[in-house]
Amino acid sequence: MSFAPRFPPPLRKGRVHEACGPGAAGFAAAVCAQGTGPILWIRESWRAETLNPLGLAPFFDPHRLLWASVATQTDALATAEEALKDGAIPLVVIETTAALDLREGRRLQLAAKAGHTTGLCLIPEGMGSNAAETRWYCAPLAGADSTLMRWELIKNKSGTLGTWDVRWDHAARRLDVVPPVGERPGSAPAPG
Amino acid sequence: MWFPRLASDRVLRLRPVEAPFALTIRQNNTERIHCLNARAEAMGLHRAMPFADARAFCPDLHSAPAEPARDARFLAMLRRWATRYAPWVGFEGEDGLVLDITGSAHLFGGEAAMMRDMAARLARAGLTVRLGLGATRGAAWAFARFGEDHGAALDRLPVAALRLAPDTVTALERLGLRTITDLAATPRAPLARRFGPEVLMRLDQALGTRPEQIAPETDPPHYGVRLTLPEPIGLVADVMAGTARLIERLCARLKENAAGARVLCLTLRRVDQASQQVELRLASAMRDPARILPLFERGVGAVDAGYGIDQMRLEAVVVEPLAPEQLGAVPSRNGAGGDRLEDLITRIGTRIGLENIRRFLPADSHIPERGFLVAPAAWSRPEGAWVTLRPRPPVLFSPEPLMGTGPDTGPRPPARFRWRRMSFETARATGPERIAPEWWLEDEGWRTGVRDYWHVQTRQGRRLWLFHTPQAPGWFVQGEFA
Repeated sequence: MSFAPRFPPPLRKGRVHEACGPGAAGFAAAVCAQGTGPILWIRESWRAETLNPLGLAPFFDPHRLLWASVATQTDALATAEEALKDGAIPLVVIETTAALDLREGRRLQLAAKAGHTTGLCLIPEGMGSNAAETRWYCAPLAGADSTLMRWELIKNKSGTLGTWDVRWDHAARRLDVVPPVGERPGSAPAPG
Repeated sequence: MWFPRLASDRVLRLRPVEAPFALTIRQNNTERIHCLNARAEAMGLHRAMPFADARAFCPDLHSAPAEPARDARFLAMLRRWATRYAPWVGFEGEDGLVLDITGSAHLFGGEAAMMRDMAARLARAGLTVRLGLGATRGAAWAFARFGEDHGAALDRLPVAALRLAPDTVTALERLGLRTITDLAATPRAPLARRFGPEVLMRLDQALGTRPEQIAPETDPPHYGVRLTLPEPIGLVADVMAGTARLIERLCARLKENAAGARVLCLTLRRVDQASQQVELRLASAMRDPARILPLFERGVGAVDAGYGIDQMRLEAVVVEPLAPEQLGAVPSRNGAGGDRLEDLITRIGTRIGLENIRRFLPADSHIPERGFLVAPAAWSRPEGAWVTLRPRPPVLFSPEPLMGTGPDTGPRPPARFRWRRMSFETARATGPERIAPEWWLEDEGWRTGVRDYWHVQTRQGRRLWLFHTPQAPGWFVQGEFA
């Protein structure tokens, strides 16, 4: 039995959050869509994947996106700290490739607090920092819908954990929460 | 002041050659001689001669390509130097300067002494110069070019000294009008009827009956300020205080000229004569001291002061026009709060390079990886509409082949496959969407011909963007949907 709230809690401002799993990019896109103002997306230049603004357009206006291409993770963290502390950019997304230690995570956390901005680290699985406010595991979910995702809140410093099945409504640019499988209309009632 | 060999003298100053030397320029698909030194001229070469002929005449000819733009810059430098003799200095064609020395000759001990001084200084600099002094601009031109061969009387000079077109000169000579005296003695009306007003205008200008002005070039504004210190300094706070003073002066000058700095260079000279530079590339043109100063902090902090810094110099290397703006009237490039954002971009740019902060711009192409452009944020504006007709994945990678598809899958996606060492089973496939290569652009990746794209939902959850190349059968993954 789950006591989780009906909707996934929004990411707290002034903190740094983490997301991992195969659906982390989709999670980040949905988070970007909920805010206004510019977004800074920091990624290392050697990575083979590129962001595709045409794929992000159903979530938010790609003109809001600034993209910093850095050489190393140290540069990425320094850039993120600078941007979080400044406060001109309300949301900073950092793609990390190596584990963050407590010191690095804490510095990001303090920078976000100083600038009253939100940071979101997209981390490889299991490489989070203990300083993170929340950590989400996001994975696409097989189903009839083509945007169904499962977001699991696996770490939360100030609240409960929970699991939500969500899908992104492309037309309305809105997140819909889908009831768990047993409670969906048309499904058989749970036995007992 | 005529520099008959300006271009070749410029090159030979940098790289002296003790041999015949010529500069070549490409005209009408032929290499021709643009300028040559005295030894080459002595060998019988002349300007506009085809370079191949010149090499035949003179096998040990050294040559280099001509650079007219650098010659023009060199002449501008000479013009600036020539203002030491007189304030009014203008250009005379592409290889001459004209000085109005009225009232300034006595400072150098008279006209003759002044000309000796000019000739001596230019000769020391390695330039061939021919000076002409006349009561009018036309006369000075004539003496500079023809004075050495024809003596010091204007009326003995040939008509070519009148700045006329070559065919006019030829026609006048055919009529027997060889010198300026001949021309002046001829009735004016028939001359004007025969040759148009230009001949008489040039004659009058040379003789001084018609005035001619020298248009002095204005110096382009110079955006450099310096501060020399009586005692060397070494603390970051002190250097920043010095920088603040320099920026204030520089910004005042920028404001006068309605310009904004884009790239600033702070040179710090140490006591031991070594100098260090701090370059600041700004995300937008600006001239607000309070905004620029904090951006220098990082660069100044990294300077090694050694035994102390005793001279600071700040120069705006790249300057853009920046009209004065009414506060709040014009929205900034990045919307509200754009100033703060630009400062942030500049600050981040000092660490990772300003061109590494980019934004996406829409592009007109169906090819997935060419559907957008990547532009540096500091030099672009977010413009253009994003049009997505069909769903596209938010993450693209270069095509990765599918493994374990089994032999000959046909045009429909394989039922099971392996990708990045993971096994997948296809639950649902939407497609195909055929995208043809853009034949007008050569692209290595599209050699395999048309692609049929499928949106494949796997039982494992991942939603992949596969494509099939029917012309060279194979399956690839190019993106992943959220």
